[in-house]
Amino acid sequence: MSIQKVQNNKAWFMVMPVLILVAISAIIPLMTVVNYSVQDTFGNNEFFWVGTEWFQEILSSERFHNALLRTLLFSGLILAIEIPLGILIALAMPKRGWSVSVCLVLMALPLLIPWNVVGTIWQVFGRVDIGLLGHGLASLGIDYNYTQDNLDAWLTLILMDVWHWTSLVVLLCYSGLVSIPEVYYQAARIDGASRWAVFRFIQLPKIKRVLLIAVLLRFMDSFMIYTEPFVVTGGGPGNITTFLSIDLVQMAVGQFDLGPAAAMSLIYFLIILLVCWVFYTVMTSYDNDEQLNGPGAQ
Amino acid sequence: MALDNKKLKMASIQLQSLAHRYPSAADYALNSMQQSWNDGGAYALLGPSGCGKTTLLNIISGLLKPSEGRVLFDDFDVTDLTTEQRNIAQVFQFPVVYDTMTVADNLAFPLRNRGIAKNEIEKRVADTLQMLDLQGRANERARSLTADDKQKISLGRGLVRTDVQAILFDEPLTVIDPHLKWQLRTELKKIHQRFQHTMIYVTHDQTEALTFADQVIVMYEGAVVQIGTPQQLFETPEHTFVGKFIGSPGMNVLPCEIDGSEAVFAGKKFSLNTAVDNRGARFELGIRPEHITLSQSEGMPLTVTALEDVGRHVIVRGEIAGTALCALVKDGVAIPENPCVSFDSARINLYADDYRVGSGRGD
Repeated sequence: MSIQKVQNNKAWFMVMPVLILVAISAIIPLMTVVNYSVQDTFGNNEFFWVGTEWFQEILSSERFHNALLRTLLFSGLILAIEIPLGILIALAMPKRGWSVSVCLVLMALPLLIPWNVVGTIWQVFGRVDIGLLGHGLASLGIDYNYTQDNLDAWLTLILMDVWHWTSLVVLLCYSGLVSIPEVYYQAARIDGASRWAVFRFIQLPKIKRVLLIAVLLRFMDSFMIYTEPFVVTGGGPGNITTFLSIDLVQMAVGQFDLGPAAAMSLIYFLIILLVCWVFYTVMTSYDNDEQLNGPGAQ
Repeated sequence: MALDNKKLKMASIQLQSLAHRYPSAADYALNSMQQSWNDGGAYALLGPSGCGKTTLLNIISGLLKPSEGRVLFDDFDVTDLTTEQRNIAQVFQFPVVYDTMTVADNLAFPLRNRGIAKNEIEKRVADTLQMLDLQGRANERARSLTADDKQKISLGRGLVRTDVQAILFDEPLTVIDPHLKWQLRTELKKIHQRFQHTMIYVTHDQTEALTFADQVIVMYEGAVVQIGTPQQLFETPEHTFVGKFIGSPGMNVLPCEIDGSEAVFAGKKFSLNTAVDNRGARFELGIRPEHITLSQSEGMPLTVTALEDVGRHVIVRGEIAGTALCALVKDGVAIPENPCVSFDSARINLYADDYRVGSGRGD
């Protein structure tokens, strides 16, 4: 390097508090998990080195494959429903007047409810004996029972998640939509653009960034979902709603298989990390594209 | 029913008892007006910010529905038609481009929406690109352009449509670099001569209005106060606002009294071409700084307060009997120590409550 840089290592003291916090809250617990994942124990605090045995066992176990597939299917369905629905609701929301606040409050309500309460609400709501939904459907002659029927259990969980989280997508999209200047819509009318063209060429490009954030948040949350399905179905009937998180807790706390559970949670963590990295790359490449081409971009 | 079915190329625009009040506002943004603008004319709507220019433009294009009155294109009532049906092009103050499209697609967009044949679209887009000097950037993404180029595209989306009833410009050159401004304005003028579109150009810049338009429509507080050629606006402003707004510096407006067919200002009498009988009105004399001469002894004594050298002439600011006044003196002409001023009495205009009621008679 030809340029002389002044080296001042005192700056490291400035980042010390953050390093300590991150170490205590994330790195050390994670290392404990790593520690468990490569050892086996038969009690008495005696540990034996097993190398990657637990990882191999998890990765080749059908139980893990099935839970992973169920979780991916759940996240896929959630995204496929909540993102378009959220955009549609955001488009339909009023842009001004007193009804804006009413809509926003109504939208925010489900987001404020604690997750296990959401689970309890739907657990009761869907019960055939006393639940409004379950009893209502039963009295209409529809055979619905989420504790016995696989499809009903999935429908209930998806409906619950859509009810709980679509608002988040709506609020993010709405914030993107209201920031579009009125003149864009006027220009579109002058140009004779159809409703679809207005969405495709004005609204969608303008909400693209918030939409990416919405997709990322909804993917992570639905991929890690635990509380609500645990309260409503407990993973059943059978294993049909046992997602990775529920499976993991059963393995670690129910069976006390610390080694496999640690290995599984690391794999679980890496999958989420991988997906987030993909999203991050997509988002930043979109930004870079803009910067490379457009010094004058607004 | 859309107007383009009638095979009209352009249209005269008539406004009948048109007025507009925004729902939440107490006052009218536009006061009732009666206007008829010719087919193929180049009009400039000139006025200060907030005088209702943009409101009027949006009513003509159909973006806004007037609360009272009718809008007619060639005797055809379009008041209840949508913007799309009116077949109007409008360019806005700030650039509007479709970010994800290329430059060429942006220009083709209004044509595609109207189902025009593909080869016709290609031809017109190519013409427009050339007109705007953007040939080399046809396939670039619109979002990567500079503000200047974006506004060129906004202009282009209006100009690419050769069959419109009228093209409306809402201060389109505000964000444009001064050098490019001249170039584009000249280009617009050329386009007008070539296609003879009815063009309405909103601006608050008098130079822009006077160079672009055959007829300038001056608006003030929601009303049209005068329509005329640049020369008419300069020589016989129908409203004191026009006198002050047009010209640099603007017309001197001096309070006066009426005595039969004479106006009296600071003890001096100016004969008028008509007898005036507007009892109770507030009378004022209007005289342009260009029509005031300074001399050693002839006329009313002027107390000079400031001299501004603006190049080709010097602006002399002063007071007569407590009323501020300014005069123009050609560069190089000596300014007397204690000057006296005299007015070119044929160029005097008389105003009653701000509206012109008469003029001076040459001696």
